[in-house]
Amino acid sequence: MILALLLLNIENLRKSFGTPDGSVQTVVDVPRFSLDAEQQAALCGTSGSGKTTFLNLIAGILKPDGGRVELDGCPISEAGEAGRDRLRARTIGYIFQTFNLLQGYTCIENVLLGMSFGPGADRRWASELLERVGLGQRLDHLPRQLSTGQQQRVAVARALANRPKLVLADEPTGNLDPASAAESLGLIRETCQENGAALLLVSHDRGVLGQFDNVRDLADINRAAAWPGAGEAKP
Amino acid sequence: MSLLQIVLRSLRQHMLSTVITAFSIALASGLLMSVWVVKDQARASFTGVDSGFDGVFGARGSKLQLVLNSIFHLEASPGNLSWVQYERIAADRRVATAVPIAVGDNYHGYRLVGVTTNLFDVEYREGKKYAVRAGYLFNPSKKQAVVGSFAAERLKLKVGDTFHPYHGLIFEKNKQHAETYVVSGVMEPSNTPADRVIWIPIAGLQNMAGHNAETASDVSAVLVKLRGKSSGMMMSQEFNLQGDVMTFAWPIADTMSKLFNKIAPVEMVLRAVALLVALVAAGSILASIYNSMNERRREIAILRALGARRSTIFAIVVLEASGIAALGAVAGFGVYYVIMSAAAWFIRQETGIVLNPLEFQPVMVWAPLAMLGLGALAGLVPAAKAYRTDVAENLTPIS
Repeated sequence: MILALLLLNIENLRKSFGTPDGSVQTVVDVPRFSLDAEQQAALCGTSGSGKTTFLNLIAGILKPDGGRVELDGCPISEAGEAGRDRLRARTIGYIFQTFNLLQGYTCIENVLLGMSFGPGADRRWASELLERVGLGQRLDHLPRQLSTGQQQRVAVARALANRPKLVLADEPTGNLDPASAAESLGLIRETCQENGAALLLVSHDRGVLGQFDNVRDLADINRAAAWPGAGEAKP
Repeated sequence: MSLLQIVLRSLRQHMLSTVITAFSIALASGLLMSVWVVKDQARASFTGVDSGFDGVFGARGSKLQLVLNSIFHLEASPGNLSWVQYERIAADRRVATAVPIAVGDNYHGYRLVGVTTNLFDVEYREGKKYAVRAGYLFNPSKKQAVVGSFAAERLKLKVGDTFHPYHGLIFEKNKQHAETYVVSGVMEPSNTPADRVIWIPIAGLQNMAGHNAETASDVSAVLVKLRGKSSGMMMSQEFNLQGDVMTFAWPIADTMSKLFNKIAPVEMVLRAVALLVALVAAGSILASIYNSMNERRREIAILRALGARRSTIFAIVVLEASGIAALGAVAGFGVYYVIMSAAAWFIRQETGIVLNPLEFQPVMVWAPLAMLGLGALAGLVPAAKAYRTDVAENLTPIS
């Protein structure tokens, strides 16, 4: 029997935000969550259920109010901001719903940016990634010169650029038509697998969630998500 | 991508504001260098020009007017000395060389200066004597003229040409003299006020038709070279303090220095204005980058999400500001050259003094560096704003 290696371990994670009326709104309250190395899992959550906040806490973009997030043995929740930035740059790839490509940069430059703050730019690896996602002929195109699906692929390549151990995908197919969404999802899963990266994807799209064996409802793991209006407070 | 590549890409992305802001820096840097160089070179040139003489004798009056009239060929003569007075000066044992000059006529605004030929034996600068480029020196007994290089170029006079002088130091069409002068020679450029002068025999100027016959033998000034340095002090005391007939302007550089010292407050104001322009230009960097920060919040958030630290973002913005300042500082040399060329042309035209825009001056190092420093400082404010950008809040598109 082969024991899976624990990659992400979360305990008693809490995050609250102040609201305009002066009260405090808890958005994330996760007693326990974990993900093994190279595992692919999907989280199902409705809009405003705290999905993005949960991913931002894992990525170290937000600092939790309490609890512990351990990524690849490193307690990211206890690290200072610079430490979290460093860990994110070296360990995490992030695919956003809106892709978040830098419009003034070409495809390959966007991918190179994904490496710049971590292991360092590697043009050959960036080309290979773009080649892999089918954009080998579009290296020097700007995002505006690409279709939405192609932009999504650049985002996938960029997320893998720093050879991450964990790829976080926040509604990655939310802006795509069903055919492109299916194709893009397949690509994300395949490339993560090929590169040995675990994948944690959040979506409310049943079609997307149906592709995963490991699907969990955010309402089950996030106690705050069950509350009315939970997750709607803007960070 | 390296930090530098990210900075260059950002500057390229905001090309228009980069160019406009860099241009304002270039103007400021160029102006700063020009003001300093014009001031320093003009002072050095004006106080350095003595045409090879130690002092000037003239009628009782202002030393400055005397020097400006006889050495720089500006201003009117403060009065005349008689030929006898000139002869006494020339015969003084402390005087090595005495050159009488007479002024009072012009040709299209360029002065005719009557002079004896021993002027051309004096070294106006160490190892340099006035020399004729084409033709030959005038014959003292003929109506001949040797034209300074700049005057010849502007008046398009060449050897063999003839002209009628005009009365007075300012050109007036209806004051033409009847005499006809022949250009016997054109001088080599000396880069001194002599280049703007038309030299003629002193007797020719003294006896020009229409001049007062009673004062025909008078001279406007006597330029002297002394035998020893100590003589100047003694003669200054003798003629300026004890005597009341003549003025002895000595040393010539000292007289000009006093002029520059008098106008020092004006120079300070000019310098202050140039420094203010530099500050305003630095402010334009601040404003242009600061204003772009709102539209760049998402870009900054994306870079942060990719792992860029706050300090990296801060450095990018400061480097951008420095980059704009550096572009401006480099372009400032072009602006400087244009301003200086125009200033040098004007000063040469008006005074004969030659400024060299390409001559190295310390301001050419410190002004661009100061602009660079100011640019970096100006970048601190928008950098602080970028530093504070909230990542999670700005990752979604700004609608």
